[in-house]
Amino acid sequence: MSLTENHKKLERNITLLAVGSFIAVAIGGIVEIAPLFWIDNTIEKVEGMRPYTPLEQAGRDIYVREGCYTCHSQMIRPFRDEVERYGHYSLAAESMYDHPFQWGSKRTGPDLARVGGRYSDDWHVQHLQDPRSVVPQSIMPNYSFLKHTDLHVVDPAGTLLALRRVGVPYSDQDIQNAGVDLEVQANPDGDAADLMKRYPKAQVRDFDGDPAKLTEMDALVAYLQVLGTLVDVSSAAAQEDLAGESGR
Amino acid sequence: MANDPSGKSRIDEPTGTQTVGHEWDGIEELDTPMPRWWLWTFVLTIVFAAVYVVLYPAWPMITSGTEGTLGWSSRGDLAAELQAERGRREPLRQALANIPLERLPEDSALMAQAVAGGRAAFLVNCVQCHGAGAAGSKGYPNLNDDDWLWGGDLRAIEMTLLHGIRQQGDDATRTSMMPAFAGVLSAQELAAVTDHVLSLSGKADPNTAGAQIFTNNCASCHGPEGTGDRAFGAPNLSDAIWLYGSKRDEITRQILAPRQGVMPAWQHRLDPVTIKMLAAYVHSLGGGEDFVEAAETPAVKVDEQP
Repeated sequence: MSLTENHKKLERNITLLAVGSFIAVAIGGIVEIAPLFWIDNTIEKVEGMRPYTPLEQAGRDIYVREGCYTCHSQMIRPFRDEVERYGHYSLAAESMYDHPFQWGSKRTGPDLARVGGRYSDDWHVQHLQDPRSVVPQSIMPNYSFLKHTDLHVVDPAGTLLALRRVGVPYSDQDIQNAGVDLEVQANPDGDAADLMKRYPKAQVRDFDGDPAKLTEMDALVAYLQVLGTLVDVSSAAAQEDLAGESGR
Repeated sequence: MANDPSGKSRIDEPTGTQTVGHEWDGIEELDTPMPRWWLWTFVLTIVFAAVYVVLYPAWPMITSGTEGTLGWSSRGDLAAELQAERGRREPLRQALANIPLERLPEDSALMAQAVAGGRAAFLVNCVQCHGAGAAGSKGYPNLNDDDWLWGGDLRAIEMTLLHGIRQQGDDATRTSMMPAFAGVLSAQELAAVTDHVLSLSGKADPNTAGAQIFTNNCASCHGPEGTGDRAFGAPNLSDAIWLYGSKRDEITRQILAPRQGVMPAWQHRLDPVTIKMLAAYVHSLGGGEDFVEAAETPAVKVDEQP
């Protein structure tokens, strides 16, 4: 029987066709996707990346809850226009502790991958409460309730534990101290030495302009202010490494 | 015929095409061959794919992906594009990098280019706080006027850009902290000193008690006449320009719980030449000040607080 004859059989038997299609698609998927899990250069080796502090993580959860990702991406692509506006392109390593990642595919607002340190806390608070008071043409909704809503994390240690189970390297100490860490990071008068030791480059201060209360605004601004600040991408060594990589 | 299991295949007379051999209630199906152009396009896509796989990164393997014979990578592509752009701007950037900031205003052509470059950078990085026209808003200084908190010559502006104001983690940042007077002043004293502050710019009648409180508590930074002191970023209270509002309750609020404005440091975000251009742009907006004592040679330090 010739090849055409065999193919004809496949065409005329619905079950055979379904099985055949499945096998063809599966081969494509396995060949293109599966190796990403073991290939070394999928995630760059970088210095400075650390898991989020409990406060940043709480802010991140608010970010996801409010659906910020529907308008804001966190992925600067390696194109000149993006790099000149937002800064160095994002590295896979910079979102390796994100569960789920917030790369996004839609930009109604600007990319936020490197928004940390770009504005003052006051600006963020004012902008979240009333975006048009600082950016007149903005169409972002108001999030003024964040400032009046006390931050309520049901189980800070549990959140970290859950993240550890999917691969984020929180230490036992991180998990034990999660509740304390959550509060101390937004308290300018607290003793944050221990937090700073476990989470280098953590920013400790009152974020929302009201030191008396720990609000959702504190958490969200703490999260925004850390975005893109952990890895020193513009150092000479990092640039050289990235430029030398091939196969991307 | 290979494609006629039933042997009923025949040539359809009106079209001259072979039928497939099936017949349903007198309806037969033509076995029209696929158009030649379509077949060739299909073959070409396969050829294209084969060539592409050789030239470009394609197959993920065990330890890394195939790299392609062209050695192309999206990051390398970007690096080359940025390099080409840098090369195009290099003469200007070199000129700007070499000229001391103090000498820049003398070279009007270079200054004009610096201002243009600074405007572009301003629109990307600064407008979110200072506004598209640099007119600022409540809490964010207007950069068009000649009322400077920390100094308005090129060097001072550059310093602010590099290190920011009250920027956490920058050792050279400009910093000062007005104490909060909540709980320190009685309601009466507060009203009196607010009166005095308003009177400095002629918005209220002089208040002797307030003047005394001002001398005791405020004059060390804001000056005896309330004209401010740039060493501390203490604003001039005797003019008509108010960062946090000029109304009585706004001033009272600022005395009780002062807002401490923060400006980010840009030295790790923007390169030195861009910061120079931004300084030139902000300086050119209208309120830029000359150096008190311009040095004769570029090497001489200019006597001006940074």
